[in-house]
Amino acid sequence: MSKVEFNKETGPREVFCGLTSIVWLHRRMPDAFFLVVGSRTCAHLIQSAAGVMIFAEPRFGTAILEEKDLAGLADAHEELDRVVNDLIARRPEIKTLFLVGSCPSEVIKLDLATVADKLNKRFLGQVRFVNYSGSGIETTFTQGEDGALKALIPLMESSNAEKLLLVGTLANNVEDRFKKIFRNLGISNIESFPPRQSTELPKIGKNTKVLLTQPYLSDTVRDLKHRGCEIISAPFPLGIEGSTKWFLAAAKACNISELKVHEIISPLINRSKLALESHKEILKGKRLFLLPESQLEISLARFLHNECEMDLIEVGTPYLNKDLMKEEINLLPDNTKIVEGQHVEKQLDRVRDSKPDLVVCGMGLANPLEAEGISTKWSIEMVFSPIHGIDQAADLAGLFSKPLRRNQILTSKTLVTH
Amino acid sequence: MELTLWTYEGPPHVGAMRIASSMKDIHYVLHAPQGDTYADLLFTMIERRGERPPVTYTTFQARDLGGDTAELVKKNIKEAVERFKPKTLLVGESCTAELIQDQPGALAKGMGFDIPIVNLELPAYSKKENWGASETFYQLTRTLLKEKVSSSEKISPLRWKELGRRPKVNILGPSLLGFRCRDDVIEIQRILSEQGIDTNVVAPLGASPGDIERLIDAELNICLYQEIAEASCEWLKRNFGMEYTNTIPIGIKNTIEFINEVHNKLDLPLTNKEELENKSKLPWYSKSVDSNYLTGKRVFIFGDGTHAIAAAKIAKEELGFEVVGLGTYSREMARQVRATAKDLNVEALITNNYLEVEDALKKAAPELVLGTQMERHSAKRLGIPCSVISTPMHVQDVPARYSPQMGWEGANVIFDDWVHPLMMGLEEHLIDMFKHDFEFVDGHQSHLGHTATQTKDFLNSDEKKEKNSKEGIIWTESGRAELTKVPFFVRGKVKTNTEKYAILRGIPEISDETLYDAKAYFS
Repeated sequence: MSKVEFNKETGPREVFCGLTSIVWLHRRMPDAFFLVVGSRTCAHLIQSAAGVMIFAEPRFGTAILEEKDLAGLADAHEELDRVVNDLIARRPEIKTLFLVGSCPSEVIKLDLATVADKLNKRFLGQVRFVNYSGSGIETTFTQGEDGALKALIPLMESSNAEKLLLVGTLANNVEDRFKKIFRNLGISNIESFPPRQSTELPKIGKNTKVLLTQPYLSDTVRDLKHRGCEIISAPFPLGIEGSTKWFLAAAKACNISELKVHEIISPLINRSKLALESHKEILKGKRLFLLPESQLEISLARFLHNECEMDLIEVGTPYLNKDLMKEEINLLPDNTKIVEGQHVEKQLDRVRDSKPDLVVCGMGLANPLEAEGISTKWSIEMVFSPIHGIDQAADLAGLFSKPLRRNQILTSKTLVTH
Repeated sequence: MELTLWTYEGPPHVGAMRIASSMKDIHYVLHAPQGDTYADLLFTMIERRGERPPVTYTTFQARDLGGDTAELVKKNIKEAVERFKPKTLLVGESCTAELIQDQPGALAKGMGFDIPIVNLELPAYSKKENWGASETFYQLTRTLLKEKVSSSEKISPLRWKELGRRPKVNILGPSLLGFRCRDDVIEIQRILSEQGIDTNVVAPLGASPGDIERLIDAELNICLYQEIAEASCEWLKRNFGMEYTNTIPIGIKNTIEFINEVHNKLDLPLTNKEELENKSKLPWYSKSVDSNYLTGKRVFIFGDGTHAIAAAKIAKEELGFEVVGLGTYSREMARQVRATAKDLNVEALITNNYLEVEDALKKAAPELVLGTQMERHSAKRLGIPCSVISTPMHVQDVPARYSPQMGWEGANVIFDDWVHPLMMGLEEHLIDMFKHDFEFVDGHQSHLGHTATQTKDFLNSDEKKEKNSKEGIIWTESGRAELTKVPFFVRGKVKTNTEKYAILRGIPEISDETLYDAKAYFS
C-alpha cells in the first residue's frame, strides 16, 4: 500500500442524503416505484436534486407524515397502507415498490419492514415490496443505492451457475459496451445488478463472481459474500488504468489469459489515449481539491493524477471502506491526503488557503467558490454521466478540463455577484 | 399522510432560510441532519448566489441520537457565532430535529451571547415554506423591536409633516426565491421617489438587523408581498400604529390604485394623476389594433396568491382575455383567490397537487397558461403556450435583464411575456394550416420542438382510436373530417362540447353539421 495519509473529520456537512440516489435508481428500473416515507423536506430535496427532470408523472414520491401520524404509530401504519393502496390503484404497471425510510421515519421508529411484509402478503403476485433507509442520519448520497441493492438481495434466487455479475448502476450504453467487451473476451454469462427490470433479478450463488462498477456498495458486497458470491478485488473502471485493471481482474477470476485481454482492449486503449491528450494538456500540473460527496472521489483522484497529471491537494470522501478501496489506494501517489468525513467550514478554509485550480464539490458550494475565483466541477454530474470504461476516459477528463478551459476564456477573475 | 409527487412549497425552515439569506449580518443555526443542506443549492443554483446561505447545519447522525445531541447543538452554535460574528442569531430545527426536542432556541439563549437570539418554532408537519418565511420575518421584527414598543408613541402616517421632511416608507416582503423581487423593489422605489416619497428600509432583502430596528422611522409600510410581510405589518400596526398598504402594484390599474392608496394614507396630494396611465406602454399596446386578436383568449392561471390574483385582474381588465381557470397553492390566501374567482365566474382551485392542476388545465382547454415552473411543464406536454408568473421557479425565471412584475416597467414586461408565447401559438397554428402546401419546407421546426408534434400525433391517434365517444356516440366521416380542420389548440374543447351537445339532444351520430349546431349552441 502506498504511503497515503488518512484523516478523519467531523462537524457540519454539506452533502446530499441517500434519498438522492432515487433520482438515478428509478430511471434504471422503469418498473419500480420509490415511495419515501418522510416529510415535506424529503419531497423537496428529491425534486430539487432532480431539477427539471419531472416531465411526466414521476416514479418516485413521498408519503408526507403529518401531525396526526406522529401521534400514534398504529395510525401511521394504517395511513401508509391507504397511501400504498391509492398508489397501486393509480399506477398498476408498478412491479416493485420500494418503501424508503427517511430521517423522520427512522426517528419515530416506523417499522417499514413489517409494513412491507404485510403488503407483500396482500399484493402477492402483483407487486413486491422492499424496504431500505435513505435517511440522512445514516446514509450519504450514493449510499442510498447501497441500501436499495442490499434490500433486493434476499429476493434473489440461488443458483450455482457460473456467471459474472456487474454490481452497481451504470448508464445503459456503458453497460452494453462492457458486456460486448466481456463477450469478446469469452465471458458470455454476464448479468447486471440492479437489472433494467426490477423483476429480472439475477440468481446468485457460489459460482457468481461479483465485479463492482461503483465504489460505494459496502453493505451490498457484504451480503453478496454471505450468499457465497466471490468478490473480485479490483480498482474501479474509471479511466484507462482503472478500467484495464478491472478487466484484467475479471479475466483472471474467469481464467482468461492476460494476453487475450490485452489483445481485445489494446485498440481501445490506444484510441482513448489519443482522445485524452487534449484534456491532459489542460489538466497537467493543475491542483485539485475534492470535497466529499459521492465516494467516487478516490477513484477520480487516481485517474486525474495518474492519467491527467493533476496534483492532488486533498481527497475528501464521506465514508471510507479501506478494504473495498484497497486496490485504488495502492494506485494513489505517495503522501496523498485523504480526509474521511467533513467539517465544511474548516475544509473550505483549507480550500482557500491552498488556492486550488479546480474544486470538485456539491451544487450548494459551486457558485460561492466560483465567485471567489475558484473553478469548480459539480460532483453530482459524475453519477448522471456515462463516465465508466476505457471509451469514456476522455469524456471523464472533459468534465474537469471544461471548467478550466472556460476559465481561460473568461479572464475576469473578480466578479460582483448579484 | 399525504402522497406527494411534487410540491409547490418546501418545508417551513426553507422559508426561514429565505429570510436569513436575504439579509445581512444574520446567521441561522439549523438543527438538522446532513441531507437538509440540499436547500443551499436553491439559492446558489436557482438564484445564482455567489455566497453560501448563512446557515450552519448541526448534522446530527443516527449514532448521536443515543448520546447528547443538545451538546452538538451548543457546539455548532458556539462555532457559528465565533466564525460568522452575526449581529442577530436565528436558531431553529428542521422536521427531524423537531421530533427529538432538543429545544435549540432555548439552549442558545442560555449560552450568554450578547446578540439578539430569535427562537424559531416552525411546525414542519403542518406548515410550509411561505408560512415559515412570514413567521421568521415576524419573529425577527418582533425580537428586534419589542423593547421599543412601550416607549414609542403611535406613529401617525402624517408625522412627516410635523418633521418637515418628505414622507418615508418601508418596503416589506421582498426576499430571495421570491418572484422577480429584486427588480420589483427597484421599480417601486423609483415610482415612490417620483412621487416625492423616500424609502426608509427595504426588508428582508438586503436589510441588516440594524435596519429592522429603524423600521419605526418611517410613516407607512408598503406590504409588497402579503405571503411574507403581512404578519409583520400587522404587528407593527398593532404595536406602533403604523399603517400599511393593501394594494399590490402589479398591472396598470393596481399600480395606479397603489399610488392612490399611498397618497391617501400619507395625506399627500396626488398632482400627476393624468400622467400615470401613460407611464407604461401596456395600455396603448393593448389598445393597438394588432392586439385585437387577444380578445377573449382563454387563459388559465395558477400560482401563489399575490401573483395569481394580480394576473387574473390584468388578464381580464387590461388585456381583454377570458379567465377560464384560477387557482393557488397558497392556502393562506385561499379566501382572497376564491373571491377573485367568484367575480370571474370560475371556480377557484386551491391545491398543492400539481396533477389536479394539470387535470383542471386540460378540462379548461386554455390558449395560454400563466403558472409556475410546473404549469410550464404541464403546458409544454399539452402543447399550450405558457408564461411563468409565480414561484416555484427555475433558473431561467431569474433573468439577467431588468424584468420586474410590478409598476410601469412590470406592466411592459407582463405584456411581452404573456403575448409573445401567444404569437408563437398563432405561428404554430399557421404551421399547422400550411403544412400541406407544397411550398412548406419539412424542416420548419415548431418552437415547441417535438413535444408539440407528439401532442398533435397524440390528439390524432386519440381521434382514430376513439372513433366513438365513451357514451357510444358515433363520429361519422364528415364529422371527423370537420374536426381535423379545427385549430389544434381548441380541438379538444370542440370535441368535448360537440359530444356534450349530442348527448343533450340525443343525437346518436355526429356529422359535420352537428359540429356547427354545437358551435352555435355553445357560443
